Order: sequence, then C-alpha cells, then structure tokens
Amino acid sequence: MKGFFSLLLGLLLSASSVFAQEDSPDALIKKVTEEVLTIVRQDKDIQNGNTRKAIELVEVKVLPHFNFQRMTALAMGKDWNKANADQKKRLSEEFKTLLVRTYSNALTSYRDQTIRYKPTKMPGGDADVIVKTEILQPGSKPVQLDYSLEKQPEGWKVYDVIVAGVSLVTNYRDTFTQEVRANGVDGLIQMLSAKNKQLESGKK
Amino acid sequence: MKSHLAGRLSRVAAVAALVAGLAGCATTANNPKDPFEGFNRVMFSVNEGIDVVVKPVAQGYDKVAPAPVKTGIGNFFGNIADIWIAVNSFLQGKPADGFSDIGRVLVNSTLGIVGLIDVASEMGLEKHAEDFGQTLGTWGVEGGPYLFWPVIGPRNVRDTFGFVVDVSADPVPHVEHVPTRNTLMGVRFVDLRASLLPADKVVEQAAFDKYNYIRDAYFQNRRSAIYDGNPPPLED
Repeated sequence: MKGFFSLLLGLLLSASSVFAQEDSPDALIKKVTEEVLTIVRQDKDIQNGNTRKAIELVEVKVLPHFNFQRMTALAMGKDWNKANADQKKRLSEEFKTLLVRTYSNALTSYRDQTIRYKPTKMPGGDADVIVKTEILQPGSKPVQLDYSLEKQPEGWKVYDVIVAGVSLVTNYRDTFTQEVRANGVDGLIQMLSAKNKQLESGKK
Repeated sequence: MKSHLAGRLSRVAAVAALVAGLAGCATTANNPKDPFEGFNRVMFSVNEGIDVVVKPVAQGYDKVAPAPVKTGIGNFFGNIADIWIAVNSFLQGKPADGFSDIGRVLVNSTLGIVGLIDVASEMGLEKHAEDFGQTLGTWGVEGGPYLFWPVIGPRNVRDTFGFVVDVSADPVPHVEHVPTRNTLMGVRFVDLRASLLPADKVVEQAAFDKYNYIRDAYFQNRRSAIYDGNPPPLED
C-alpha cells in the first residue's frame, strides 16, 4: 500500500513537472513573479537591502527561466558572432552575474506595489512572445514591465526584460560595441569580470 | 525655485550654445545621437556635483517622512500635474485619456481632499504621464541632438523645448504668495528626487559608465513613452 502511494506520488510529481514545462509564457511569468514577491513581502532582510539574500532568491526561483546566452547575444548585437565558443560561454557567465545582481538589487526596493498581468497575444504556434505586466503603485502612473520569451525544448525562456520601455539588455549595446571596437571580445570579457569583482567586493 | 531654474536654464542655454560650437570640433563623439558628448559630460558632472547636496536631503526626507505623508505629497503634486497631462492627452489625439485625466482632477480635488488621496485610481481612472515633448514627438517632431542639463537632466532638443513649455504651463510657479510658492517648489523637487532613489541604486550597480547608461535608457524610455509603451520594434 505504501509502495502504491509513493508510486502515485511519484507519478503526480512527474506529471506536475511536465505540466510546469508546458506553462504558457504568461502563466509562467505570473507564477514566478508571485512566488518571488510572496517571499520578498515576508523577508525583512531583503526589504532592508540584503542583496546577498535577494541574489540567492533570484538564483533559485528566477534564473532557471532565463536564457543568458541569448541575452548576451542580444546585448552584443553583431559582435556576438566575433566571439568563439569559449568566449561566448565566458561572456554569458559574466553578463549573467551582472544582471542577476542588478535585478536582485531592484527587488530590495520592493515595497507594497502590486503587479497587473495583461493579456498576452499568442498567435498560434508562435515561439517568440512578449508578456506585458504593470507595476501598480497608488498615485503613480503604472510602470510597464515586459518580458520577451522564446520557446525552447525545455520550456519558455526569458531573453529580455523591459522596464518603462528600457531594455535592461539592449541598454548595454552601445557600451559593449564601443568596448569590442576598442579592445576586442577579450576586452569586453575583462570589462565585465572587473565590474563583477568590484561589485562583489564593494557590497555584501 | 523654478524661476531660479528658468533663470539657470537660460544661462545654461547661452553657455550651451557657446560650448556646443567648441564641443563640435573638440570632442570625439561616439554616438551620432550625442554629438555634444564632451559638453554633456561636463554638464553631467556639474549635475553630479549639485546632487551631492540634493541627494542627502532627498534621502533624509525619504527616511523621516512616514509613508502616508510621502504618498499624500506625491498625490497632491500629481493632481496638479494631471491638468497639463489632460491638455497633452487631447493634443496627442487621445480624447478618452484626456477626459479620464480631467475626471481624475475633479474626483481627486474633491473626494480626494485637494488631491492628497488618489481616489480616482481606485475608481479605475488610471494615471497617465504626458508632457509637451511627447506631444511634439507624436506630431512627428524629431528629437534632435541629445543634451544633458544640470538639475533637469537628460533632454534632447525637442524635449528641452517641451520642458520649457511644461514649466510655463505649470501653475505652481505662478502662486502669488512667495513663501508658499517657494515651499511648494522645494517640497516638490525633493519629493521628485526621493522618488528616483531606488532607480539610482540600480543604475549605480548596472552601469559601466553612468553617463552612457542614463543616455541610452533615456532614448529607449522616451521612444516607448511617445508610442505609449508599444514602440515598433527596432532591428539591428
């Protein structure tokens, strides 16, 4: 009987993880956002600016749904193809560290805003969509927070985050292009890694 | 304070015209939209210098004032701003938004106790953010070169002109009673600066070069605002 139950449980769990993978992009964004905000609302450390804790939360809950290779390619534009496989890997690693830190830091500013999820247009079979949400705060114009996602074999992955019309990814385009022009792809890797080291040592 | 600001603005404009001529040949501009980068970077550091004084005041206000007070102050000035926002909604050919903006002012000025409480938002009359620079943008006026101004921050030529029109339409500088006017201007300025504190923190961490990061974010943000959040995609 016990064996039957654990079998049933196992089946349920695997079934739910299959369903999780088949989340529609807007359902995925909503699920992850609510999970993260529920934790932030209860965590006084994060609210008081504990970036380390916010980073841990983002790494566990948010990171699996992001495609950092695609993000890095988008930030670099045409220069992405100048990098070899190894450089691409290092660029993505460094850019990931930087974005996670920035995003986590923004979480520590969270107070009592609520999120409104806007209906997502999903033309049938489309593998690339934008999920639109809004941050609501009484007395202020809602702030748009949009996510670009693409369908991957393992599910939908975010490759761009756009706050008030500003893409956190392509906002780096000009800076990265300039660096590659001046010091090559390795120069950009170095610039990213130096920035991450500086942030790492500067704050906890 | 705004009259200060207007005075400062015209002085800065005179200097700008002068330096822009020099900057044109003296600097290595990397971005075609930012031909006066050399001059702008000087103004940017002037602004950073001013902010050394302003930011701690804003931080103090942010710490000391209880949340409901801050919300009330933000709502009060937001209500005054909604009048000009309504005008711009109409000018941009969005009468539904314009009437909604007027509705907000009527509801918030009365039920919302001179604008201190944003009752209108709860009733579903959403707040908009429009200014004359955006209006010009929707009319097809190009942005022109990017400029960075002390105190008022990043504006291209179109938005600088828009800002001057916004200021002249602003009722607060026209308050007759001088101490009241100065208090209103001062509180509004500090409140605005305080509302930018969270963004500050992100920019400090995210940016390799703060000047570049703010400039590029300004371009993206304004483009999005002009298209009310749905700009046509830019391809590389």
